[in-house]
Amino acid sequence: MSKEEDLKKSSRLIRILSGLVIIMLFFIPFHLMYPQFFDFKPTPEVALTVPVENKVTEIEIDEDRIENGIHVKTGFVEAEGLMMVVNNCTSCHSSKIILQNRMNTEGWNATIKWMQETQNLWELGVNQEIIVNYLVTNYPVKNKGRRENLSGIEWYEL
Amino acid sequence: MKRRDFVKKATLSSFATLIGTEIVFGSNLLENYIPLALDESDPFKMFNKHKGMVVLNDKPWNIEAKAHLLDSKITPNSSMFVRNNGLVPNDIDVKKWTLTIDGESVVSKKTYTLAELHSKFKQYTYQLTIECGGNGRSEFSPPAKGNQWTVGAVHCASWTGIRLKDVLEDAGIKSDAVYIGFHAADSHLSRDPKKESISRGCPVTKALQDETILAFKMNGEDIPLIHGYPLRLVAGGWPASVSGKWLNRISIRNKVHDGTKMTGTAYRVPNHPVAPGEKVKDEDMRIIESMPVKSLITYPKSGAMLKDGKLLSIRGHAWAGELEVLKMEYSIDFGATWKSCTVQKPVNRLAWQHFEAKISFPKKGYYEVWAKATDSNGVSQPMLVPGWNPKGYLNNACHRIAVKVN
Repeated sequence: MSKEEDLKKSSRLIRILSGLVIIMLFFIPFHLMYPQFFDFKPTPEVALTVPVENKVTEIEIDEDRIENGIHVKTGFVEAEGLMMVVNNCTSCHSSKIILQNRMNTEGWNATIKWMQETQNLWELGVNQEIIVNYLVTNYPVKNKGRRENLSGIEWYEL
Repeated sequence: MKRRDFVKKATLSSFATLIGTEIVFGSNLLENYIPLALDESDPFKMFNKHKGMVVLNDKPWNIEAKAHLLDSKITPNSSMFVRNNGLVPNDIDVKKWTLTIDGESVVSKKTYTLAELHSKFKQYTYQLTIECGGNGRSEFSPPAKGNQWTVGAVHCASWTGIRLKDVLEDAGIKSDAVYIGFHAADSHLSRDPKKESISRGCPVTKALQDETILAFKMNGEDIPLIHGYPLRLVAGGWPASVSGKWLNRISIRNKVHDGTKMTGTAYRVPNHPVAPGEKVKDEDMRIIESMPVKSLITYPKSGAMLKDGKLLSIRGHAWAGELEVLKMEYSIDFGATWKSCTVQKPVNRLAWQHFEAKISFPKKGYYEVWAKATDSNGVSQPMLVPGWNPKGYLNNACHRIAVKVN
């Protein structure tokens, strides 16, 4: 091995080492500032609905996170078709109106038709069946009869 | 940088610290706005609503009261239900706000500024009962589509304004007039400017009643934005949807008004009794006019436990659309026997009436106190949910509270 080659080798080594030092110098403070940056999970997203109504806006962090089987942003249960419902059914109105209602397949299809005819809902194509299946499966109609028992009574001493 | 902007930016940057991320477009946020991630009480603060109110829907806003929150004789804003169909208008400039009277049956189309409406016409104050046509919808089976109101979509506030008839007569009503239809500044949920979120109305006969007013004030103050500031039609005793908010135009029509939510099944019931779940053709549906007789026990709150031998005082309100409540009764044995309550006359036509009674219970146990009002035509509230209808309107079944005697 010649002296020249030795010199070349050591200078390459120096260059690599100083490169590493530079990278470290950049990444250590970066890591201190953003400790979660290198975690390999979806980064929290910030979604902002710019003033929907007067003085009304909504901010959610990681808008599609699921907690205890519930899609936090909308309150929908996690099941097949969830995101199809979120993406097609909550841009004009709130998920709250869906969660309040119970309908069979025919009822949901009629409601979708009404929204398409009067409320500017787009064509859902093959997704309509997925959406309706999600709703009738996860939010089935319950027979309430002519008058239900009082429920959710919070007892207190008068 | 303006001071306000500086404060806003400073506040938002501290929000960013708390949330751990930057709020994109943070500087676009409106004043007084608190991100939901930090403040869950938002709608209650924005609209000054009682914490016990229930948000059924937030786009559009639909919020209902609970029976015990409606105990006041005159309902305060904090307990008033909200039923919006579209998005609350932004940027209301009262100096530029106008009301136009037009339509096929107006003699001469006229436009008034708010100041003109204030100065030109005499003002009146009435306490008026306004109940959502769908109040009680949650009890229908099979379920009816829409917001699932329980009992709290009713209020009786004090409204101050001018008589609609004075304004209509000023513009002139042609002899062929049959209906009025309102138009308002709220935008459609889809934000399509060509669509109206709601444009309802009433027959000219209702429009010409003394108590049908264009209100500027509610409970002595400017109408809160969420309840229709700066101008609201108030038509007591009829479905609340007739009492249009944020009004800027009223059309005198030579036919039944055909605006948004006047046609199809909206605010309509079958014109003959139908079986639960039955399909009803549009032509067999009729527009709801006067609301049916109804009452609410507003004290005590359901769930009261009292000692054996103690008397229970109950009180509440009763109303009957265009009619008056003549009789008020209660039952503690599921309707087997009824005892009478005292009931006051209304302070003015279309205001709710107050009732009270003192109840003694024969022995310990679980009771339900049921309340039943009877109107001036001798018609009473049913104990069961009344005739099923496709949209779940007009549930005036007896209200009841749970009581335990220990």
